[in-house]
Amino acid sequence: MATKNNTLKLKFDSARNLAPAPESKNAATIASRYDLFVNGKFEKPLSRKYFGSINPATEEKLSEIADANAADVDKAVKAARVAYDRTWKKMPAKERGKYIFRIARMIQEKARELSVIETLDGGKPIRESRDFDVPTAANHFFYYAGWADKLPFAFPGKDPEPLGVAGQIIPWNFPLMMAAWKIAPSLATGNTVVLKPAENTSLTALKLAEIIQEADLPPGVVNIITGTGATGAALVNHADINKIAFTGSTDVGKIIQRAIAGTNKKATLELGGKAANIIFDDAPLDQAVEGVINGIFFNQGHVCCAGSRLYVQESVYKQVLRKLKDRLETLIVGDPMDKNTDIGAINSKEQLNTINKYLKIGQQEGAEMYQSSVDIPGKGFFCRPTIFTNVAQSSRISQEEIFGPVLTIQTFRTDDEVIEKANNTPYGLSAGVWTDKGSKIFNLTTKLRAGVVWANTYNQFDPTSPFGGYKESGYGREGGLHGLAPYLNLDKDCSFNRW
Amino acid sequence: MAISRLEVLKTYKIYIGGKFPRTESGRYYTAVNKKKEALANVCLSSRKDVRDAVIAARTAFGDWSSRASFNRGQILYRIAEMLESRKAQFVDELIRQNSTTIAAEKEVELSIDRLIYYAGWCDKFQQIFSSVNPVASSHFNFSVPEPTGVVSVIAPQDSSLLGLVSIVAPVIAGGNTCVVLAAFEKPLCAVTFAEVINSSDVPGGVINLLTGNPEELLPYFADHMDVNAIIYCEKNAAETKLIKEKAALNLKRVLVYDKTNWVSEDGQSPYFIMNLQEVKTTWHPVENIGGSAPGY
Repeated sequence: MATKNNTLKLKFDSARNLAPAPESKNAATIASRYDLFVNGKFEKPLSRKYFGSINPATEEKLSEIADANAADVDKAVKAARVAYDRTWKKMPAKERGKYIFRIARMIQEKARELSVIETLDGGKPIRESRDFDVPTAANHFFYYAGWADKLPFAFPGKDPEPLGVAGQIIPWNFPLMMAAWKIAPSLATGNTVVLKPAENTSLTALKLAEIIQEADLPPGVVNIITGTGATGAALVNHADINKIAFTGSTDVGKIIQRAIAGTNKKATLELGGKAANIIFDDAPLDQAVEGVINGIFFNQGHVCCAGSRLYVQESVYKQVLRKLKDRLETLIVGDPMDKNTDIGAINSKEQLNTINKYLKIGQQEGAEMYQSSVDIPGKGFFCRPTIFTNVAQSSRISQEEIFGPVLTIQTFRTDDEVIEKANNTPYGLSAGVWTDKGSKIFNLTTKLRAGVVWANTYNQFDPTSPFGGYKESGYGREGGLHGLAPYLNLDKDCSFNRW
Repeated sequence: MAISRLEVLKTYKIYIGGKFPRTESGRYYTAVNKKKEALANVCLSSRKDVRDAVIAARTAFGDWSSRASFNRGQILYRIAEMLESRKAQFVDELIRQNSTTIAAEKEVELSIDRLIYYAGWCDKFQQIFSSVNPVASSHFNFSVPEPTGVVSVIAPQDSSLLGLVSIVAPVIAGGNTCVVLAAFEKPLCAVTFAEVINSSDVPGGVINLLTGNPEELLPYFADHMDVNAIIYCEKNAAETKLIKEKAALNLKRVLVYDKTNWVSEDGQSPYFIMNLQEVKTTWHPVENIGGSAPGY
């Protein structure tokens, strides 16, 4: 008797048996020690302190990074202020733009080296560094370079002016790309910069400092100072900063808003998320499953807009779950430098502990945990891709941002029900919708309270496309025309220019 | 001497969810003019009134934000019509609140014109501040402004009608709903304005108006977890700081219009609308459904 098609079990056994295809470490030069980039020069920290930076995939030390203290921050802010007053704000806008174009080109020239360092330092798969992080960073500079001499066109009826010195603090999940998202629009709008990368992932920002030096950007226009949370706090609290741009957790975002409450500093906060990814029964299920996998496992789930809450319409739940589990089995977890790797190393031991804590919480709350059977390396920080079913709307794993490869799945029956559930979160950064019906797409994309909505796709980014959150996911936009406003004074009468 | 007709005094009540209740607290204060003559006994609203008003504003938000912009424009125009027809009453109240006749007439006329100005913007600002984004991948991608949500407003203390109108009009023109605290010492025309709103097809709950002491209520306007943004207009550094700190609790958008001259042209602009909008970006593949990011 012929076997019915729907009983066929696909075999994925061979998927993980690919021969290794490692990228070479030799494509990059990493110094044994990095100083602070202040006023166009690499200088020893006044703190005289350094901390180690490790490769999270091997736990081997990569380099030593300067730990800037308040005095170092002050020095960097002073350099930025002088550069703003004497050079940058007086420079013709088109010349300013040309410097930014130059930086974009040099990132492209050094793309391979930057990708390798990004992967060694942060643990993300080389394929992602190479095809996403580094090109997106270069493109961001290229995009904003062109805005420098066209700003009045962006704001009808206004004559925009730069704010002054921007203090910028970025996270460890997309180190170089976040630096680009912060620095490119500030320079295009005529501001000068003091940027602090995350302590675990400073290397590509320091390589960017080398590029900025090589591009001959006037000294002090961009200063890159490394350090821990204390360095960031000193930057936020420095009296001569006009603008804080922060990407990171909602908790720290709130601390920053409180810290600058008594000042005239403006802020852009790009914070946490707990995005709903919604599959309707009329969706192209195979593509939707791909989108869900990409949505939560891209960059080990260390993505503020990760699609971490999956909502599946009841009638296709079983099918979707089966497809998801099958697909999970094919994901390769391991050496980030291997071009076959899908999921690399968790960025740090602390983050791995956080994720493991949530895996326990989920089980204690009564949810059912499913992990892929993949072997993970004995050394380094790794986590198997994980799915939770039988999750309640009130579960901590479906309410709190985990920032790891952990997906919760819930079901729904009606459009209104899933809109209600999807919006039932303090966050509002992003959302995903999968359906073949156009009217349903627009119904959902209109009613989901989130800054970025992906319909029949997920985790797409582009320099021209504004990104940022509603509600407790923060305020301000990065990318596109809308990403210029947070760095400009459009309206002197409004102490906090939102747009 | 024959007794002339006794004037009927108006009870100045607060406005929540399309109704005119008294404060649940039963408290009052007596508003006075500069000669210390009593103008009226006015509700001294409580924290509970603020909460009730926020619930009304949140309930109204879904309907108001999803109405056609054209419809919102018509309703704002209707408010202007109603205000025009009750001009004399507002002039009278402004004069009682220490204004001169000329200044009072100007303030009411400017307020009417400002409503007309924002009525016109309701279905236009979106086009000016939206964009179709030329992304490099094969996607259709666009960004549009959407209302921030429920807004709490501490209305300007000195510009009791024009200031109030200048702030509330862009808030509701953009599809938000609001809870407003009227000028403490000049509450008369604010309450009368609520009556205008009530007869202008503005759905109940879209604008809620309380009278009371800003010093007492400001912390609740700033820290309520279901309020998305707050507007403050005084030059008071300590209060501004307090608002920003409390607003951080749920990352409210804080707008401080402490330098705005509401009488001038600077007192109106589509940017006042945009300050209470969130930009939403939507992506859809042009050809290949899915089109995931590199790596998968």
